[in-house]
Amino acid sequence: MNGATVIFYLLAAMTIGCGVMAVSTRQIFRAAISLLFSLVGIAGIYFWMDYQFIAAVQIVVYVGGIVVLIIFSIFLTQQSGEKMPVQKMGRKLFSLLAVFCGFALTIVQIFQHTFAKTTAAPTGVTVRNIGEELISLDKNGYALPFEVVSILLLAALIGCIVIAMRTPAEAPKEEVEAKRKEEIKVILPKEEEILIVQEETGGIQ
Amino acid sequence: MTIEPGLYHLLFISTALFFIGVYGFLTRRNLITMLMSIELILNSVNINFIAFNKYLWANRLDGVMFTVFVIAIAAAEAAVAIAIIINLYRSHQSIDVQKAEELKY
Repeated sequence: MNGATVIFYLLAAMTIGCGVMAVSTRQIFRAAISLLFSLVGIAGIYFWMDYQFIAAVQIVVYVGGIVVLIIFSIFLTQQSGEKMPVQKMGRKLFSLLAVFCGFALTIVQIFQHTFAKTTAAPTGVTVRNIGEELISLDKNGYALPFEVVSILLLAALIGCIVIAMRTPAEAPKEEVEAKRKEEIKVILPKEEEILIVQEETGGIQ
Repeated sequence: MTIEPGLYHLLFISTALFFIGVYGFLTRRNLITMLMSIELILNSVNINFIAFNKYLWANRLDGVMFTVFVIAIAAAEAAVAIAIIINLYRSHQSIDVQKAEELKY
């Protein structure tokens, strides 16, 4: 048992332990911090596997982006010190049973299966190789998904702005009321004139 | 199964993380914590891709590419989800899924 093995088991324990904490604790802020450490553990596993680029992306996007966004939204939407209400025992038991059955089934399937390994010489997972594959137009290139993802990100950007924008119905009420009163004032004199004219002529006969 | 970490160990971790995420998604009733469970599920998928790329198809880069795309889509999904959650909080003063039930009946 060498050092790499010990580090792997430590990272695995950190990932799974913090993951369990993230879904089971009743304090939402603590859950977010546990999720953060679980994601850091996964980044560590990527480092352990010699995939430095993916590990860096994992840290930048997940730990630096998504978890910070989640913590912001926790601060915006609720009191972080408050505990979440206890869930019903039946629901917990049922979920635990379903999850355990699914886990056992999948694990049994995985360990009964022997995976066929390729015999070709491995290529280096360097940033250069990844970048070339990302914009290559060959049969195995990823130029089209790359462009589609860029459009997806643009759509998400615009979508977030549209969702977060105030709709006209939500505009301050005083302004709307004032506008309506002005409109009524404009309309009213004309109606009065019409009435007066009608009275003078004795109405429509 | 040996004590030396290999493909099966990584698959065990990813399976465990996936079902932890499913458990959180089934038991939580708060939208932010449900979003956190979804992030765990997406991460377990990423571990699977990387493990298969390293141990089975070391001559290709497809697993790495898929992981990069999954991470990009997860980031977009989280941003849109949080915009929706904040909007829901503005209209309902709560992000509990039980309180947002206009479409139920």
